[in-house]
Amino acid sequence: MIDLGPAPFDRGPHVLVEHALRTSADGRVRVVGSHPDLGWQLATWCRVVGHRLEGDVVVRGGDRFARSLVSGHPDAVAANADPRWGLAVRGARVEDGAAELSFALADRDTAWDEDAPRLLAQAQAGQWDPATAVPWDEPFELPEPLEEAVVQVMTYLVENETAALLVPANLVPRLHPHYREVVGFLAVQMADEARHVEVFTRRIGLRGRSPGTSSRGGQASLATLVTERDPDVASFLLSVMGETSFLELLRFLQQHGPDPVTRAICRLAATDEARHVAFAVGRLRRRGDPALLDRLAAAVRAREAALRHTSGLDPHVFDALIVLASPTFDPEGVGVGFERVVELVGRMDRARRAMLVRLGFSPERATELSALHTRNFM
Amino acid sequence: MTPLTIGAVAYDPKVVTIWEGFCDWLASRGLPTTYVLYATYEQQVDAHLAGACDVAWNSPLAWLQTERKAARRGRVARAFVMRDTDRDLTSVVLARAEGPVQSPADLSGRVVATGAHDSPQATLIPLQVLSTAGASDVRPLVFDVMPGKHGDHVGGERDAVRALLDGRADAACVIDGNALAFAREGLIPADALRVVARSAPYDHCVFTSLDGLRDADVARFGELLLSMDWEDPVVRPLLELEGLRKWLPGRTTGFAQLAAAIDGLDTPGAAAVRAFVDA
Repeated sequence: MIDLGPAPFDRGPHVLVEHALRTSADGRVRVVGSHPDLGWQLATWCRVVGHRLEGDVVVRGGDRFARSLVSGHPDAVAANADPRWGLAVRGARVEDGAAELSFALADRDTAWDEDAPRLLAQAQAGQWDPATAVPWDEPFELPEPLEEAVVQVMTYLVENETAALLVPANLVPRLHPHYREVVGFLAVQMADEARHVEVFTRRIGLRGRSPGTSSRGGQASLATLVTERDPDVASFLLSVMGETSFLELLRFLQQHGPDPVTRAICRLAATDEARHVAFAVGRLRRRGDPALLDRLAAAVRAREAALRHTSGLDPHVFDALIVLASPTFDPEGVGVGFERVVELVGRMDRARRAMLVRLGFSPERATELSALHTRNFM
Repeated sequence: MTPLTIGAVAYDPKVVTIWEGFCDWLASRGLPTTYVLYATYEQQVDAHLAGACDVAWNSPLAWLQTERKAARRGRVARAFVMRDTDRDLTSVVLARAEGPVQSPADLSGRVVATGAHDSPQATLIPLQVLSTAGASDVRPLVFDVMPGKHGDHVGGERDAVRALLDGRADAACVIDGNALAFAREGLIPADALRVVARSAPYDHCVFTSLDGLRDADVARFGELLLSMDWEDPVVRPLLELEGLRKWLPGRTTGFAQLAAAIDGLDTPGAAAVRAFVDA
């Protein structure tokens, strides 16, 4: 029995009745109280919500969730995610007849990765605040060629990071949200890339300069990533081939960046990118799909063919890297810088080959595919 | 078979969704149906009597109008199906909790806000209740939202409560379910209003048929409605839109108060109803 005392029934107490009905074994609850309107308000409420009133006893009416389906298990991912589960959390009771939401990636084999929960936790713990993690106010003054080179490289980094933001953005709406840790990781990856865009853009204008150049070849290379519809291929080209190369570039800039801000933002971005690479490689490795490697190899070749008639890396970017790696801005110094950039390109190639071998490619095939990678690095 | 034609009044855009859905479901059960929407219940009543529709989804007032007009033509109308939520409704007359009005008699000579002039629940029945409970010379303040739709639109009742709350009226008439809804949506503040009169229970909408008009198909139509299961996920959204859990057999025992109101009230609304029935 529920005694509402003098409380007016139309201002909240119905939740007490609903709770009592849910927990009552026979679905019957007696409701009493002293408010003069209790009788008609209780009767009206019962009629509106579908309960029956027998005297002062409320009898539970039909349950809209009587034929509900349960959206999997709270602690386990399902082999197949049902479109009828929609956006419900794992283990919820979903009303039958709800609108179905169709997701292209809705099975454990294509959507899930067992390492996703760990990497998601790591990604969330690894977030940094651009306002405090970067020594924006530390005083420095660069000679004009160095500042110009930094701005050109940052201009290039921003468009590459933007592509890296859009690739997971394409993927997320196609993943069934049942595999929430994968969705979550990709969402954090997008936040990472947005943060990189933010700090690199801020470095461009830090000393009042306008951005540098953005080449057709570079944009063409990135366009192939952004428009790739095969999620495995997109992830492979972006993270395994592109971000692996980019990690080397960021480490190079961490080492040769001429100012504390450039060094700090490249160091911070590199920690994020390493996580993205680990996620993508791990996910593709565990797929256990024998046809996958052939599909990925074909994608590398197709991309190379598509980009064969473009110029690849913006020459201004290549030159800016030389300037940054040069100990002095004179013939001897830029010669050293040149060799360091050539070494960088070689290190990128070795890193890609190592990743390709980890994915299961033979060393020979890895060498061949790495050589076909875009000259734009990403 | 020629589809059975259902008449309904278009008081809200959702009416199209409801009848499209019901017709699809009825077709899937082997009964072809179609529907015609009318702007007013008076148009629907006349169309039904003229045979333009075979059954009519009627307000309680439209039911009485059909029953009386049919009788004058030597015909018999039947209320064959209603919603579970159409049974035993009440109307309440609200006044300000801190005001001078504590009983129906206190409303003598005062302003009472009502819904549309032809609303059974928010005008005709409550004014009749006040009249029989001793309120004389009540001055109705009518919020005529969508006349001809017999108060199906909630707007008139909401306006009536607003008029009470801001002092333009001394009382407001609403159906019981709307009194709860207005509290939930924040229109009625806590402890602001009190109930000074309440009607006896009455019934609301009914599906109406006329004798000799496709009796067998109408019977099948009624059986199918009664078989609709709220737990059926195809049907449940339609039932929810139409505001019921279950269709029940029709009954005519719950219309006496409304009949007394249209016969006894000296208001333009009641006079208009009498004129329509006599026409």
